[in-house]
Amino acid sequence: MRTLLAQVGEMARRSITQTLRQPALIVPPILFPLCLLAVNVGGLDAATKLPGFPTDSYLNFAIAIPFMQGALFAAINAGSSLARDVETGFLKRLALTPMQRAALLLGNLGGVMTVALVSSLIYLAVGLAAGLEIKAGVGGAIVLLILGLLIALAFAALGALVGLRAGSGEAVQGLFPVFFIFLFLSSQALPRPLIEQEWFRTIATWNPVSYLLEGIRSVVITGWDDVALERGFAVAIVLCVLGIAGASRALRTRLVRT
Amino acid sequence: MTSDNGIEVDGLVREFKGGIRAVDGIHFRVEPGEIYGFLGPNGAGKSTTVLMLTTLLPPTSGTARVAGYDIVSQGSHVRESIGAALQEAALDPLLTGREHLRLQTTLHGLPKRERVSRGAELLERVGLADAGDRKVGGYSGGMKRRLDLALALVHSPRILFLDEPTTGLDPQSRSDLWDEVGRLAREDGVTVMLTTQYLEEADVLADRVGIIDQGRIVAEGTPEALKAEVGRPSLEVIPADKSGCDRLATVLSRFGEAVDAPDGAVAVRLERGADELTAVVRALDAENVGIEHFQLHSPSLDDVFLAKTGHKLEAEDETGEREAVPV
Repeated sequence: MRTLLAQVGEMARRSITQTLRQPALIVPPILFPLCLLAVNVGGLDAATKLPGFPTDSYLNFAIAIPFMQGALFAAINAGSSLARDVETGFLKRLALTPMQRAALLLGNLGGVMTVALVSSLIYLAVGLAAGLEIKAGVGGAIVLLILGLLIALAFAALGALVGLRAGSGEAVQGLFPVFFIFLFLSSQALPRPLIEQEWFRTIATWNPVSYLLEGIRSVVITGWDDVALERGFAVAIVLCVLGIAGASRALRTRLVRT
Repeated sequence: MTSDNGIEVDGLVREFKGGIRAVDGIHFRVEPGEIYGFLGPNGAGKSTTVLMLTTLLPPTSGTARVAGYDIVSQGSHVRESIGAALQEAALDPLLTGREHLRLQTTLHGLPKRERVSRGAELLERVGLADAGDRKVGGYSGGMKRRLDLALALVHSPRILFLDEPTTGLDPQSRSDLWDEVGRLAREDGVTVMLTTQYLEEADVLADRVGIIDQGRIVAEGTPEALKAEVGRPSLEVIPADKSGCDRLATVLSRFGEAVDAPDGAVAVRLERGADELTAVVRALDAENVGIEHFQLHSPSLDDVFLAKTGHKLEAEDETGEREAVPV
């Protein structure tokens, strides 16, 4: 167990070092979601006047979106890093050491999660500075961060799965628009009951991303909403399990050794 | 049972999709402390063999023991005993040389207090102490290869696999790497299995050479023995008077069969070897054939390769790659 921890620690350190040396992997995940948040809050504030809109501050409603977008960047970063290891042959070098497969995956995800944690704290801090009110209080903020990180982990694991399966950075980059489609076809801009188009509302209802957003939103807008939180955590956990199991399986195929 | 530092390969086969046999039932043995050169053109099966022996590719059939361990059922023991620098110097361009060594020492389970000192020692050994804190992305090809070698040595392996370690390197870097590999075998008793496309590399470094072509070993032995097996030296002569080629050829034909020679020159394979040189010079003098250039060619590994495979390892091209060409 100590060996595994040491290996995970070293792989996580590598992942963080890689990220810190590529500003393009740090700046966009922090700046882009905040810029989009500012644009949305500025442009869509009138939506709060709609009958049935759950809050009178669009910031309170939209704060969940940066966490989702941050998770998308986590997916790209995790996947690209592993794909690069496949492409450069670095994975073979690692395979020749006594490294356990779990250490590579956990270390990579650990590094990506560290960046996601920093990004999440910045989203929250900027939100609070801009007038965000969290109805569930400090405890709610902590739950929001935990759920946000769990979502980032789930998406990072899915990115790792694609990176390992495809072994190509381009394939991982190709995930970005796919993930964005899921985000746009969810309840990101309006609460589901207020979506007028029935087809859109149906897709948003089946889209798991809606439940992730609603879970985060619930602690901000409603307070302690057990159903929304249960659904949010359940979807995040299922995606985590699927992503990690898939990535582990892909790693077994990639990191072949007798 | 292979001794602790040796390699024993018995009928190793690797088949890929479509029934392509990259390695087709090879047998060989590498003795402890020996440098074994595995020589062959691109696609001959060298790297596939190394991948199997380093446990990164399961064989289709056959067996092999490395450091006394079976490569299929005792893979983790094999990996503990070996170091490998594979064909591509697989390095992370974003990490420094020292960070690579730190990662490698940790993954190999070196005690924490030894990691830094071992890393520094290895950087010093491969001449990268000054560049240790620079990102690998800025290293030259030779520096990357040297770091690759240092990483393979982190856990003091008993057997070292080097897959085309000098491909693409400049002559100075190549010579430095040869020195280091030679030192590892001589002073540290490390067994080295080295794949190469370079005849000179195999000739200079290897105690014994295995020549592989189309997945099969076609010849094996010391470079000297292999060359002796192929035969006698040839003599190439350029006459002082270019119109004297026919007369020159007539004289030389007394000493052996004619072989290919460049334009304006005549060459024969000497029937009784280099001992005939004096007689040749006397005969040419007696026949009044003036000589501009006179050169004795000993058989090379290229001649061995040609004799055994029917094609030759062509001279190095500009990219540093060679390939087999039919003759």
